[in-house]
Formats: sequence, structure tokens, C-alpha cells
Amino acid sequence: MIESYIPIFLVIGFAIVFAFGVLLSSTAFGPQRPTSEKSSTYESGMKPVGTTRERVSIKYYMVAMLFIIFDIEVIFVYPWAVQFKKLFSEVGISVFYSMLVFLVVLELGYLYVYKKGGFRWD
Amino acid sequence: MINNAQEFYNALPILIIGTGILISLLIEIYAEKRKIFQPWISIIIFIAAGSYALLSIEQKSTLFMNMLATGGNVNVFYFIFTFGAAVVTLLSINYLKKYGANYGEFYILVQLSVLGMMLMAGAKDLIVIFLGLELMSVSFYALAGINRKRLKSNEASLKYFLLGAFTTGFTVYGIALIYGTVGSTSIDLIAEKFIELSNNFLFITGLLLFFIGFSFKIAAFPFHMWVPDVYQGSSTTVAGLFSTGGKAAAFSAILITLGALFTAGGAHTFTPYLAVLAVLSMLYGSIVAIAQSDIKRMLAYSSIAHAGYLIIGLAAGNYQGIAGIIFYLAAYTFMNLGAFGIVSLIEGEEEANLDIKSYAGLAAKYPMLAALLSICMFALAGLPPLAGFFGKYYIFIAAIKADLTWLAIVGVFSSAISVYFYLRIVVLMYFKESEKDFVVAHNSTGLLAVIISVLLVIVFGVAPGTIINLISSFL
Repeated sequence: MIESYIPIFLVIGFAIVFAFGVLLSSTAFGPQRPTSEKSSTYESGMKPVGTTRERVSIKYYMVAMLFIIFDIEVIFVYPWAVQFKKLFSEVGISVFYSMLVFLVVLELGYLYVYKKGGFRWD
Repeated sequence: MINNAQEFYNALPILIIGTGILISLLIEIYAEKRKIFQPWISIIIFIAAGSYALLSIEQKSTLFMNMLATGGNVNVFYFIFTFGAAVVTLLSINYLKKYGANYGEFYILVQLSVLGMMLMAGAKDLIVIFLGLELMSVSFYALAGINRKRLKSNEASLKYFLLGAFTTGFTVYGIALIYGTVGSTSIDLIAEKFIELSNNFLFITGLLLFFIGFSFKIAAFPFHMWVPDVYQGSSTTVAGLFSTGGKAAAFSAILITLGALFTAGGAHTFTPYLAVLAVLSMLYGSIVAIAQSDIKRMLAYSSIAHAGYLIIGLAAGNYQGIAGIIFYLAAYTFMNLGAFGIVSLIEGEEEANLDIKSYAGLAAKYPMLAALLSICMFALAGLPPLAGFFGKYYIFIAAIKADLTWLAIVGVFSSAISVYFYLRIVVLMYFKESEKDFVVAHNSTGLLAVIISVLLVIVFGVAPGTIINLISSFL
């Protein structure tokens, strides 16, 4: 029983050794020139310590919302594409048209956002 | 998926609205004079969908792999939603201009919310109900804040969103428990398994949670907190849509699930719970409305009381009750839209003239407006021969037939209380001297919308038998 897990243990062990080895080797052999910016937790992100009521520009929310639209599109299209051949042989061409209608509706929303200037950063 | 031409024709009311939304979006981004014809396009779409729904009322069928029902009372609901929304759109044209909030998106959002309502009314599956509920609610949250320069409007929108999202959680949790016990979200299958599962604690809890979510949307008593603030804060015409279309859609969803349980023999499972809800909503709404000095808040509390009357029909648990509810919803939609319409006409800039005292002596200055508002108030109070009376009559008869005479008596008692605050407006308009001097701006489209709703209220009151027979024949 336990013998069959030996390859997995080997992989886990190798992963641990490799990860720590690479990290340690970069500290051991790499040049060290720390600045306050570099040694902060998120080098190009937000400050890790400070007020939680930071004001964030509304543009980020716009991007986040628009991103969700396309995220959902992919979530629907991907399984559809994977199962397309099977569904096509069962139901016929209407499988294709239903996704086409979905995409047309979605792209009209995209067009609306584009024309209203939703993608303009400034 | 649509398999043949007949199915396509049956799905047409929903498809018309769906296509209409896309057309309106294109108009919004490309048309030069969109501000002028955007509302009219949306009215034409509503009337086309509603008229087609009425014409194809005999075509009963289920579509999209047993997900959506059409024909019969579903189409009656389609009529209520589309014509109600058409009246709201007609009212809003000049109202939005008055507030400088004439955004084309308003008309698109109204259409989106109507699409959500139609999905709820026709649903054969809990997932479709949820989809429709969310489509309607999210459009409503945005509509509540459409007047975005006003602080109160933003407050109403945020309040509605937070509480609405919270109670949607109840609905989803209920659906999850029902799915967990039944193994399906199809309403037909749930009704089939109802007798078998009626002692299952989780199943009953799921159904109750589901109804709690909708009690919020119909503004029944313990879940009514948002109603006065949201109605007061949002634009008057939008508040009219919340109190009629939103309420009718939530009731249609409740009727679909409860109606399926009726046929399974579970009509009286929830009677005690519903009776308590009905009594509390009626008495609370009627009594608190007396103390209001703002007419929009008064109409909000009256809307809570009306939710109570409608719940009596649910508690009765018979087909007369269901027919009564559908008739009452149709009548209530147009009398309430008439009342909100007049309020939106009289309302001046910056929320002026919303105080009840502003209505004093209105009859001398504007006899037409006063007469129309009086008819709406008489109908809301439930005085014959207007539509409101027959709505209440059918619901109380259903309660008496179900041996709930005490509930009908409480209902009559509560409508007697409500006569006070409805007729106070009429008394102020006709028998008091004017205190404030203001001019009501001429608004022909708004007046037309109010006249249409008042005419419908009178028609429903003159020929209630024909309509109730039509509704009963589909049950």
C-alpha cells in the first residue's frame, strides 16, 4: 500500500529541496543592494502597513467590473467548447447558435462600454 | 433552445423585451437624437410585448427544456409588468427632465428589470426564479440611485442594495436546502416529492427561507424596513415601479412555488405563518401610514398594508385565493401607479410639494389632477365600484371559503383604518383652503400616463367578473 505512494513522496521531497535550494542560492550567491522600497512586502504594490481606509481611484473599480464580464464569458465558453462535439451530435446546430446569441449580447455590452468611454484611463 | 416555430411564437414576449434592450443599447451609443426617441422606443417595445402576451394568452406551453412556462396566467403577469412599465416610462419622460437626470440608461434599466420580472413569472425552475430575481433587483438598485446628484437618492440606492443583497442570501440558502433534500431545482419535481418530504425539517426550512427572501421583495411586515426610506429617496416614478412591478413579480414567484404545492396537496402547510405575516403587515401598514406627513412615505406604508391583503390570499390556500391575488395585483399596479404618477406631477423641483399639506385646496386650482388622485385614493381604500374593492372582495371570499373568517375580518378592519389616511388627502383637496401657492408644470405625457392607469382601474372595477373568470380558467 505505502509503496505506491513513494513516487509522490519523492516528488514532494524534490519540490521542497528545489524550492529552498533556489531561494537559498540566490541569497548566497546573488549581489545584495537592499533599498527601503525593495525590502517592503509588495515591491510595486500597496504599502502593507497603514490606514485601511485608503482612497482608491474609481478607475480601478471600473477595470475590475469590466474584467468580471470577460471572466464570466470565458467561464461559459470554455466548457461549451470542450463539450461541443458531443453536444453537436446530440442536439444539432442549435448548440452553436445559442452560444452565438450569448456572445452577440455580450459583445453589444462591450460595445456600449467602449463607446461610453469605459476603457479610457484618463 | 427553440425547436419549432410555435415555441418561438410562445417565447415572443420575452424575446421582444430582450431584443428591445439590445436595440436601446445601440440607440444609446449611436443615435444622435436619442434623448427624444429613446423613451418612445422603449414604450413601443413594452406595448408590443404586452399586447402579444394578451393575444397569445391561450397558448400554454413550456419552453427551454422545461425551464419556462408561457400562456395562461403567466401572460396575465406579462401584461401587468409591461403595461405598468410603459406607464412608468411615460411618466418619467418629463419627470427626469425636471430633475436633470434624463439619462438614456434609465429606460434600458426599466426594460432590464421587466425582463427579470417576466423570467420570474414564467419560471418552472428555482434557478430561473433566482436569475429573474437578480436581474430585476440589480436593475432596481441602479434605478433607485438614477438621480445621482441627490444625496437621498444615493442613500436609498445603497440601503436597498445592502438589504436586498442580504435577503437574496436567504433565498439562495433556501434554494440550496430544497435542492439538497429534493435533489432537483425543478418546481414540478419539488411538488411531486412534497408529501414525502413534508416532515423533513431541512426541506421545510428551505421553503420558509425561500419565502422570507420574497417577503422582503413584497414588503411584508417584519421585512419592510427598507420600504419607506427607499420610496422616499428614489425618484417618484421609480418608487411606483418598485411598489407595483417588483411586488407583482415577487408574488408571481411565490404563486408558482406555492401553486405547485397546492396541486401536491400541501395547500395549508404554511397557513399559520402566512396568516401572522398578513395580520402584522395589514395592521402595521395601515396604522403607521396615519402618522405620515410625507405623501411618498404614506404610500410606502400603504404598500406594506396591501402586501398584507395579498398574503391573505396565499394563506387561504385555494384557487380562489390565487385568482384573487392575480386580479388584485393587476388592479393594485394601476391604482398605485396612478397615485404615484399624480405625486410625481405635483412634485416640484428639489422635492417640493411632497408634504401632505401641499394638497390642501388642490381641487380649486387643478380640478383634473384632484379628480384623478381622488379616484386612485378611493380605489386604494377599496371603495366600490373601483378595482381595489373587487380585489379585496375576491381575496376575503377566498379566506372565508378556507375557514379563515377571522383573517377576513381583520382584513376588513384594517381597510377601515386605511380609509382614514386615503380619504384625508381627498378631504384636504376638496374642503380645505390652499396654504401654499405653487404652480404645477404642464406635463402632457405624465397626465396621459395617469389617465391610462385610472381608466384601467375603472375598467377592472366595472368588469371584474370577466377578468376573474379568465384568470380562474387558467388555474
